[in-house]
Amino acid sequence: MKNILKNRIMKGVVTEKLGEDLKAHIFKKFGRSFHIREVDTGSCNGCESEIIATTNPIYDIQRFGIDFVASPRHADALLVTGPVSKNMAMALRKTYDAMPEPKFVITLGDCALDGGAFKGSYYVVGGVKEVLPVDLHIPGCPPSPLTIIKSLLAFLDT
Amino acid sequence: MEYRDEIYIDVKPEEFRSKCLELHKKLSSPVMMYFAVDEGPGKKAFSVYCAFLDWAGKRWVLVRMQLPEGQARFESISKDVFSAALFEREMKEMFGLEPEGNPDLRRLHLHEEVWLEGFYPLRKDFIPPERAQKAEGSYRFKKVEGEGIFEVPVGPVHAGIIGPGHFRFSAAGEPVINLEARLGFTHRGVEKLFEKMPSAGSDDAVSFSERVSGDSVFAYSTAYCQAIEKIYGILIPERAQYIRAIYLELERIYNHANDIGGMAVDVGFTFPNAFASIIKEKTLALNEKISGSRYLKGVNTVGGVNRDLGGSERKVLLDFLDGISKDFRELKRMLLSSISFMDRADKTGILKKKTAVDLGIVGLAARASGIPMDLRKTFPGVYSAANFKLVREEEGDVLARLNVRLREIEESVRLIREFARIMAPADISAAKKSAPEAGCGIGYAEGWRGPVLFWIKTDASGRIERCKIVDPSFHNWQGLCFAVLGNIIPDFPLCNKSFDLSYPGNDL
Repeated sequence: MKNILKNRIMKGVVTEKLGEDLKAHIFKKFGRSFHIREVDTGSCNGCESEIIATTNPIYDIQRFGIDFVASPRHADALLVTGPVSKNMAMALRKTYDAMPEPKFVITLGDCALDGGAFKGSYYVVGGVKEVLPVDLHIPGCPPSPLTIIKSLLAFLDT
Repeated sequence: MEYRDEIYIDVKPEEFRSKCLELHKKLSSPVMMYFAVDEGPGKKAFSVYCAFLDWAGKRWVLVRMQLPEGQARFESISKDVFSAALFEREMKEMFGLEPEGNPDLRRLHLHEEVWLEGFYPLRKDFIPPERAQKAEGSYRFKKVEGEGIFEVPVGPVHAGIIGPGHFRFSAAGEPVINLEARLGFTHRGVEKLFEKMPSAGSDDAVSFSERVSGDSVFAYSTAYCQAIEKIYGILIPERAQYIRAIYLELERIYNHANDIGGMAVDVGFTFPNAFASIIKEKTLALNEKISGSRYLKGVNTVGGVNRDLGGSERKVLLDFLDGISKDFRELKRMLLSSISFMDRADKTGILKKKTAVDLGIVGLAARASGIPMDLRKTFPGVYSAANFKLVREEEGDVLARLNVRLREIEESVRLIREFARIMAPADISAAKKSAPEAGCGIGYAEGWRGPVLFWIKTDASGRIERCKIVDPSFHNWQGLCFAVLGNIIPDFPLCNKSFDLSYPGNDL
C-alpha cells in the first residue's frame, strides 16, 4: 500500500501542472465540466485500454472536470476509436445524432484517422471522417494516457 | 530442423465427418480450429481442415479433405460436435461453402444489413460489391415466447469504454431465460489483409499481427512468429524462448489485474478497482521500461526477439515483481474478506464442466470449470524448466474465475523469477532465412484468456496464401451465454467481466 501511495504521489507531479491548465480551460469554456462519450468502431481495444488508464488514480483525468459518460445524451464530445467497420457505421451515426448541440467529434488512434493498419480492407469504411465531421485527432497506436491528456488540453486551448 | 507437434490426416470428403467424430471422441478434444482454404485462383477447389488437440501425444491433429473441383458443399459435423457449429457458419459466409445438415447458418461477421449475399471475401476471386449496391437483409434472433416474457436488447454501443456487441436477453421477471450475443461489429477483414502482406517473415507482418487484439498483443505476435518459424524451419534460441515466456506472463499479469478490478467495479465496489488499475499501470510502465512499449509491441520478430533483457532490465523486472506480489496480496485480501463482494461472486454465473466440455470452452474459463487445459502444460517448452503448475478450480462460477486469476498471477510471478534465474546469456534471434518456403503450420500461445491460434499457409514467394486465426473468445462467448442463464440481468456485467472476452479477437 505504501509504495502504491508513494508512486501515486510521484506520478501525480507529472500530471498536476497539465491538469490545472486543463481545468482552467474547461471552467472557462464548458462551465466546469467536459463530458465525453466513447465509441469503439472496430478498434483492437488498445486505445480503450489507454483511455481507461486516463481515469486511473495515477492520471485521474476526472479531477480536472473531464469525465466519460454512459450516454451520448450527456456528452459534449464523441471520442471515436477504430477504422469504422461497416457493421458500426450506422451505430456511430446514430450515437452522434443522439448528442445535443454543440458537439464535437474527437478521433483517437491511427485507425480512426484513415483506417490505419486496416486501410484498404473490404470491410472498413476507412476512418471516422468518412462518416462524421471530425474536430480533433489524437494520433498514436495507441496514444499514451499523457498524450491523450495533452491533446485534449491543446484542443480546448484553441 | 523439423517440428513434430502437428500431423495431417488426409481423407476423402465422404470420410471427413466420421474421421472428425472419431478423433473428437478419441482425443476428447473440442474442435480447436476448423476452416477452409481456397486452392485457387484458376481452379474452383476448396480444402477443409479440422484441428484437434492431442493432449497425451502433445501434438495437433488436423484432418484435411480436398473437395472436388466446383463443389462448394460438405457434410456438417456440428450436429455431433457442438464446438464445430460457429466455424461452419463462418465458412458459409466467408467462402460460400454449404455445411449440409447444419440448421443454423446465420451470418456471424458480415452483417445482413450491410453486406450483400453472394460475396465471399476469403475466396481468391473475390471482388467487393459496388458501393451503390445496398444490402437489405436482417438478422433473425432466437425467439422465446410465453406469458410475461420480455426482451431486453443491449448494444452495440455500451455504457462503458468497451468494444461493441449486441446482447439480447429474454427474461421473465428477473432471471434470464435466454441470452443471444450478436457479435461481429468489429469485423475488419483481418484474415484477408494478411494475404496482402508482401512478406510473411517481415516485421511488417508481425506488427500487423500485434494489431488484431490490443490486450493480447504479445500472445498474438508470438503465435504468428511461431507459425512462420515452423514453416521456415527456424529454431529460435533458448534465450529468446525465455524472453517470450516472460513477456507472455507479464501480459497475463496486467490483464488479470484489469479484470479483477473490473469484477469489483461491476458489483459497485470501486476501491479495489482503483487499486487494481494502479497495479495495471505499474505493469504497463514496466513493460515500457524493459521492452520499449507499454503493450509489448515490436518485441517479437520471426526467429526470436528484437530486444534482450539485460542486467539492468533484469533488475528492474525483479524489483517490480517484489512490489507487485505485495500489492496482489493486499488486493486479494480486500476482495475475499468483503462479505458483500463474496455474496455477489459466489455461485453466480455457473458454467458447469459438462456444458464447458460440450461447448469446447478453452483457456481460463475452462480451467475455472474444472477442465485442466493449458497449452503451457501440453507444450511446455521452457516452462518445464520452471516446473509450471496448472491452476484449476472446480466450481465454474464468477468466484472460480476470479480465483483462477488470483492464483495464476502468483504462478506468473514465480515463473518470471524462475525464468530470469535460469536463462543464460546467448543470442536472442536466429539467423534470418534467405529464401522463403512454401508450407503450412500452426502457431500457438497460451495467452491470458486462453490459446491464441494461427494457422498459416505460405507460397514459395513468401506471401501468405491463407491465415486462419482463432481467439479463445471465439469459443468462449458461447460459454458466457450459458453461464448467465438463471441469473438476474443485473449480474450480467459481473458474469461478462469474469470471462472478459475480446470483441476484436472474435470478430477479426
